[in-house]
Amino acid sequence: MRVLPPLLRRKPAVAVLMCVPLFALILGLVAYPFFHALFLATLNKAETAFVGLDNFTFLFGRQTFWMVVRQSLLFALVAVVFKALIGLAAAHAINTIPTKGQRKWRGMMLIPWVIPPALSTLGWWWLFEPTYSAINWGLTKFAMPAVPWLSDTFWARFSIILVNVWVGAPFFLIMYLAALKSIPGELYEAAEMDGAGPWQKFFYITLPMIRNIIAITTLFSIIVTLANFDIVRVLTQGGPLNTTHLFATYAFRVGIESGDIPLGASVSLFMFPMLAILAFIILRNVRRRAASLA
Amino acid sequence: MTAIPFKTAPSLRSNRRWALIAAYACLGIFVVFFLFPPYYMLVTSLKTNAEIAELASNPWIVTDGVTFGHYEHLLTESSFPRFFLNTTIVTVIVVAITMVISVLAAYSLARLRFWGSGVLATGVFLTYLVPDTLLFIPLFKIVGWLGLLDTYWSLVLVYPTLTVPFCTWIMIGYFGSIPRELDEAALIDGANHLQMLLKVFIPVALPGLIAATIFAFTVAWANFLYPLAYIYSESEMVLTVGTVTTLIKGDVFHWGGLMAGALLAAAPPVILYAFLMDYYIAGLTSGATKG
Amino acid sequence: MADVTLQNLVKTFDTVEAVRGIDLSIPNNEFVVLVGPSGCGKSTVLRMIAGLEDVTGGDIRIADERVNDVPPKDRNIAMVFQNYALYPHMTVAQNMSFGLRLRKVAKSEIRDKVQRAADILGIAELLDRRPRELSGGQRQRVAMGRAIVRDPEVFLFDEPLSNLDAKLRGQMRIEIQRLHQQLRTTTIYVTHDQVEAMTLADRVVVMNAGRIEQAGTPDEVYHRPRTRFVAGFMGSPAMNFLDCQITEANGSTVARLAAGPALPLPAEQAARVRNHIGRKLVAGLRPENIREAASHDGANSSGVPHDVSIDIVEPLGRETIVYFRLGDATLCARVGTEVHPRAGEQTSLVFHPDRLHLIDPETDLVL
Repeated sequence: MRVLPPLLRRKPAVAVLMCVPLFALILGLVAYPFFHALFLATLNKAETAFVGLDNFTFLFGRQTFWMVVRQSLLFALVAVVFKALIGLAAAHAINTIPTKGQRKWRGMMLIPWVIPPALSTLGWWWLFEPTYSAINWGLTKFAMPAVPWLSDTFWARFSIILVNVWVGAPFFLIMYLAALKSIPGELYEAAEMDGAGPWQKFFYITLPMIRNIIAITTLFSIIVTLANFDIVRVLTQGGPLNTTHLFATYAFRVGIESGDIPLGASVSLFMFPMLAILAFIILRNVRRRAASLA
Repeated sequence: MTAIPFKTAPSLRSNRRWALIAAYACLGIFVVFFLFPPYYMLVTSLKTNAEIAELASNPWIVTDGVTFGHYEHLLTESSFPRFFLNTTIVTVIVVAITMVISVLAAYSLARLRFWGSGVLATGVFLTYLVPDTLLFIPLFKIVGWLGLLDTYWSLVLVYPTLTVPFCTWIMIGYFGSIPRELDEAALIDGANHLQMLLKVFIPVALPGLIAATIFAFTVAWANFLYPLAYIYSESEMVLTVGTVTTLIKGDVFHWGGLMAGALLAAAPPVILYAFLMDYYIAGLTSGATKG
Repeated sequence: MADVTLQNLVKTFDTVEAVRGIDLSIPNNEFVVLVGPSGCGKSTVLRMIAGLEDVTGGDIRIADERVNDVPPKDRNIAMVFQNYALYPHMTVAQNMSFGLRLRKVAKSEIRDKVQRAADILGIAELLDRRPRELSGGQRQRVAMGRAIVRDPEVFLFDEPLSNLDAKLRGQMRIEIQRLHQQLRTTTIYVTHDQVEAMTLADRVVVMNAGRIEQAGTPDEVYHRPRTRFVAGFMGSPAMNFLDCQITEANGSTVARLAAGPALPLPAEQAARVRNHIGRKLVAGLRPENIREAASHDGANSSGVPHDVSIDIVEPLGRETIVYFRLGDATLCARVGTEVHPRAGEQTSLVFHPDRLHLIDPETDLVL
């Protein structure tokens, strides 16, 4: 029999070694860039001088910036609400029909979520094209007025929200469907015995049982939606007159396209407090699992 | 048993029937909503330029004969094949890097435990919540310092920040759900850490591995912001940016080619999902619901 | 084949002492069953022998070699787990041969060993199946096959039958017994089920709170328990305990049960409790030693009849269990099926003093 000294049998050395690449990645390409962003945000446009909080005071003084803040919040909240509602309705509908057909329906509804958003947004862009809009063709066929999808502020905002809902609702659908499937059927049978109708079953059993998933999925989605870039970038590029810019597209415009990297970094960093709060709430929900690993 | 006419029985059945009809109606509407844009993209990509430019006819169907000309042009006379190749190279390398990093880390975090492993697991989860749009500007500087600006290697460098955290997270979940008895059996059978990982953990958690791979693949294939910010030369571009920026140039009626490009570029992930959707959904939902 | 020796074995988890000094010597070929309630430390002892838990204190020797710091794979042991722990992605044959393959044993030898083990266990037709295609009993057999193939010096079983239904458990118990008769490998078997302990063991080791309460043959442990814990743990339904007082009357020693009859003690036992006359002790009497009055059993003649009021009756077919009250205590008796008392009925039951266990309440030792 081979006898190992106790120390060599201990696992931490191997364990730490296996985590080194992950740790390096997080440290070098997430943590360090974050602190570098904080540093960048305190420089002037040429990155030659320290200007303290001047970038932020400059932004605070700009009407456009406050518009971006309002638009981002409006965009995220409205889009997430509709994604959640459509996702829930679709999940519920799929869960109602016989099991053997469910996979097919689910598969069809996931397609928007599978196509890279930048590419599917191209399709929408074409659908919204002022002269050739196929949607407007349909509307006028039914004697309705053509809609200025991307040139009018209201409709442009409507359009980016619509596309975002279209891309994001399937994610909610998947999460809700998984949650619905995890509810034991006996609960519904017991409720039926107690005389509950379809709505009562939904409000007294389904909703409470999937409340946690609804919360987590919604928080996730708020983060992703708040940080959205692709849709606005392809559809409106922030126009008309900056009325559809979000944090990310505005930061791109300022930082990359106009070359004011410190100002762009400042705009991006603005998302951070909101994301941190959301992350904190999510983490509280997920903490049990992390704790079980500790 | 004699049939006792229960008053509620038929109403229960008709209740269910109505619920079913409502469900199908609902699904029908949703499917139309979800599928009409890709359908329209497909229709456009098959139309001749003349038909696309023509305003009178129904845009939703091909009336003037189907043409594959846009696809032909795309594959033979544009940079599209170059984009496709670049995207494939970037994606394959990123997926490989991601899987190695996350499988090793997940095995360690799920099973071995060391000082700070709990904190690191939480850190992984937090990193997953960091969107690409938060750090693209400082990463722009880092990519520049490393001399990777305007090459697709910049993407190989930065994409793992988007893929590794989630993949690690779901692999932790899958590895964690493997009963400890199985490691112990393998330990008694004489497996060392590497054998345990390669011969027991990875095969047993294969569904999770597939889910993580698809996730990494999708993210790397679909990202738009990083290549838009870091790559300017057509020869280095990947599909998303190449399709959006370069195919729009040129003649006015580029729509057919644009839609054909978008569809072709979207095809690999769509095909992948068609075959492996169940794994991916299982991985995704377990990652978020096991918490 | 090897003997296993545990010397003052101690295991502490953080601050909890799970195992508090176990001394046990298991000779070659012996089948030892560690039995006890959950949390008594029996599984921890087994896992320390397997090398799955570090040893806090004391020594483990297998074949006279100290193995405290030897990794599990080099201890020459094989283990059968509670949930089988079969590798789900491998076939039965691959499961059984995994350890040999890791040791780079020649292919032909592996094939022979797997075939031989499969024949012994009657799973030769299952070799190409995967665990999920097998029933619980078949999985159990494969898990045992995996252990046999290794040809270890010691078999370790960790509650291997607890996930099987009652009928299958009975069958597998017999198979394990047959296996041991055939292979004669030293076996350490952990269970909380006293029937398994009694039927399988050459020697039963009853554990409680991290210590050994008693180690002995099944008969010894059942008929001559050393402590109140062992007396109460072994046997189902459990032994009745009630207060009693030892008195001397007319030259014979009597145990007067609280609110019950006075039982004259046999001479041998009377001698053992001579020092306790006048003291309050605890009397332990197994349910089968309280019988119905009308029994034709010849042994009845020495019993003391007592009128009781029946609370609950559990007819089991082969026998009937009745519960009745004696003062504040609820007692249980095992009666035949010919006469059924009914709940609420007054009846006379016969108490047999020859199997009475007298326990010192201060030390909890059986006198």
